[in-house]
Amino acid sequence: MNTNDYLALNFKDIKDYSDLYPQSRRDFLKRLGGGIIVCVVMSEFVAAQAQESRRFRGFGRGLPSDFNAFLRIGEDGRVTGYTGKIEMGQGPITSLPQMLAEELDAPLDTVDIVMGDTDLCPWDMGTFGSMTTRMFGPALQAAAAEAKVVLLELAAESLKVPQAQLAAKDGSIFDKENPERRVSYGQLTQGKKIERHIGGKPALKDPSQFTVVGKPELHRDGRAKVTGAAHYAGDLRLPGMLYAKILRPPAHDATLKSVDTAPAKKIPGVQVVQTDNLIAVLHEFPDVAEDALAQIKAEFDVPEAKVDDKNIFDYLLSVAPPADVLTSDGDLEAGRKLAVKTVEATYLDGYVAHSAMETHTALAQIEDGKATVWASTQNPFGAQGEIARALGFPAEKVRVITPFVGGGFGGKTYNQQAVEAAQLAKMTGKPVQVMWSREEEFFYDTFQPAAIVKISSGVDASGKMAFWDYDVYYAGDRGSQQFYTIPNHRTSGHGRGWQGPEHPFRTGAWRAPGNNTNTFARESHVDQMAAAAGMDPVEFRLNNLSDARMVRVLKTAAETFGWTPAKAPSKRGYGVACGIDAGTYVAAIAEVAVDAHTGAVQVKRVACAQNMGLVVNPEGAKIQMEGCITMGMGYALTEEIHFKGRKVLDTNYDTYEIPRYTWVPKMDTVILDARNHPPQGGGEPAIVVMGAVIANAIHDATGARLCQLPMTPDRVKAAIRKV
Amino acid sequence: MTDTISFKLNGKPTRLNVDGNRLLLWVLRTDLGLTGPKFGCGQGHCGCCTVLVNNVALRSCLVAVSSVKDKEVVTIEGLEQDGKLHPVQKAFMAHDALQCGFCIPGQVLNAVSLLHKNPQPTREQIVQGMNNNFCRCGAHTRILDAIQSAAAEMQGGPAQ
Repeated sequence: MNTNDYLALNFKDIKDYSDLYPQSRRDFLKRLGGGIIVCVVMSEFVAAQAQESRRFRGFGRGLPSDFNAFLRIGEDGRVTGYTGKIEMGQGPITSLPQMLAEELDAPLDTVDIVMGDTDLCPWDMGTFGSMTTRMFGPALQAAAAEAKVVLLELAAESLKVPQAQLAAKDGSIFDKENPERRVSYGQLTQGKKIERHIGGKPALKDPSQFTVVGKPELHRDGRAKVTGAAHYAGDLRLPGMLYAKILRPPAHDATLKSVDTAPAKKIPGVQVVQTDNLIAVLHEFPDVAEDALAQIKAEFDVPEAKVDDKNIFDYLLSVAPPADVLTSDGDLEAGRKLAVKTVEATYLDGYVAHSAMETHTALAQIEDGKATVWASTQNPFGAQGEIARALGFPAEKVRVITPFVGGGFGGKTYNQQAVEAAQLAKMTGKPVQVMWSREEEFFYDTFQPAAIVKISSGVDASGKMAFWDYDVYYAGDRGSQQFYTIPNHRTSGHGRGWQGPEHPFRTGAWRAPGNNTNTFARESHVDQMAAAAGMDPVEFRLNNLSDARMVRVLKTAAETFGWTPAKAPSKRGYGVACGIDAGTYVAAIAEVAVDAHTGAVQVKRVACAQNMGLVVNPEGAKIQMEGCITMGMGYALTEEIHFKGRKVLDTNYDTYEIPRYTWVPKMDTVILDARNHPPQGGGEPAIVVMGAVIANAIHDATGARLCQLPMTPDRVKAAIRKV
Repeated sequence: MTDTISFKLNGKPTRLNVDGNRLLLWVLRTDLGLTGPKFGCGQGHCGCCTVLVNNVALRSCLVAVSSVKDKEVVTIEGLEQDGKLHPVQKAFMAHDALQCGFCIPGQVLNAVSLLHKNPQPTREQIVQGMNNNFCRCGAHTRILDAIQSAAAEMQGGPAQ
């Protein structure tokens, strides 16, 4: 397989949003003042990119043929980039201006970015899949390159110097033969209104000339976030607004039998809204609305529970769709004959919550037939469509504005809370804010799906992988394709990835969707094969890898960690795992300590090496790696949704444990210099290895093999007992 | 029932006519417009709603507004003095110790409280002292570095 490709695997289910960009280009541009405006036709741009790079293929589908990425250079010389992407901690508020400043030769502090406003920003699919830098970034760079062409034309006229004799630096164009003769971007754009429209592939700067891209930059929003000035959707208030609390069923399949809202209505200032499918109480204070909700007497019929967190895997296997072969090569039977050792195992992964610290929140106002909704969303244009459909408004009568988002991880691509706020604003005629409680957040979360992976494999007498037969159920294919050199292999997928209808509740994309499960299974299994072959797990991997990029990241991780070869279990508690996600190659080595009596696992240190192509903001990229390592310990060790039927039993952090300070290992993160490769994903890759690297380290420490995530103390104890 | 509650809020005498049983978090966020303290869990697990009451970090989602009567309350908005950031705020920025930022007001105030009680904490004391403030993005290690560096600076020593 060509692992360099980012297949559009996870976007199969995205509906055609063609009804969502009815704004004419003229309307759109009218809102801006003078200056230079550059638009990019995203579909043409992607088509041009796809001719050269396979990773863009599949992205042309569904993209509007209207203009997309664009920027403006105002008459004051300030540069503004507009993007439908949003900031949720992953850092584009810092890195996208770096890309713009670089290509435009403008000082970084003159570059602004406007994000996630459906009235101001061009259409965007959503902020997920680690696509901001690698997919949107090139379009923004192209717009900047085009703007520079315009500036050079204007400067040639203004300075009466041939264009070839001009160069750009620090927001000015100057005469190379007489650098004193210069004119600033602001001077050039004064009184002008120039519009450019590009679809092809303009000439971009060579990475060797970069001075801004590749330089570590502190988060631009740091000051706002340490002073409380950064506003999230729940921090916004409008005159006369009401806070809404909505009556929720105890389980997803419960039906309302009877309800009495009268006690709530008695509370002064409380307004009750009751329709066939929505009962809400509203008040000018959220806590009073919550008290009023508690006064509502409601009885529900809850069907008998058929599945729970224990029997879910058997159930899912019993209803599993047939296999789709994703990749295959060679002859499995021939491989089986070559094998001197075979290893078979089944790996399980539970439902995992996104659990962003900010719950789903939205504020909606409807004025003069137009809805404005401030929403915590990863997908403002998707929210616009959902709200428009719910209100019966045309899309252009819905504006979604995205303030700072308090974490998303895939969970805020669904916008139920925004729809609820908009519906309630329409019904009450007042601005309405909906802020989910933590219980609602757990209840309506689109969990990482429970999933099963079955692997049968074998090694030959020389420690080479002879065959590999891999079946993944419900995790989807992201990360399922192995990257070892195996002559006879088959990878099959069952079910519609992470959104199958077989689950008892909604499931969805969870940071590196599917890849955490797939990498846990694959890398645990590779370790079992190394043990069967009697080889050191790093050496075994190198013995079976020919992909030079993977070899390099693995060797770098091993060197950084100070790996010395030993056959597992060596009692040292060392584990290794490799993975590929969003075009980025990653390898991690961890050391753990296992308390055999309690089953508790402490991750002591993690060395992680990553090849992500060109890095825009190395500091931001390292922060993402650290975040992935830290967050990844959660799905590895504790995070799992408990449920009975379609009732979610976890309602808060008393039973759902996420990583905390005492868990944090010593971390050494290394980003390989690969500046001549296009930028790849950064927000997700390093999380995919965390399940396997810890499982393998537990095995190395104890000899116990954990094949189910999360590796809770009880499961660790049980596995140790079996050794 | 409406009570009159007087307290000092971010250095300013404040007098409220409010139902004293209402939770401090919502009175701060709505009646007083101070949205630095965030709602994260509503049960005191996560620390997003942390404020200082007489220099001690407190979960504002758990306490009634009447409990701060005659006390001194500081939210993240009041930590800056005369246009100067608190050393903990500066250290969070310098260490890039934040991602989505939602938990950061609580993290900063909990750290300020920690350093008030123990101006020279060991790394382990910082870990333990911060352990009940959650961060989902995984900024923990940088936050620990930031607090250590702020502690050194507040002691007049070089920032580590």
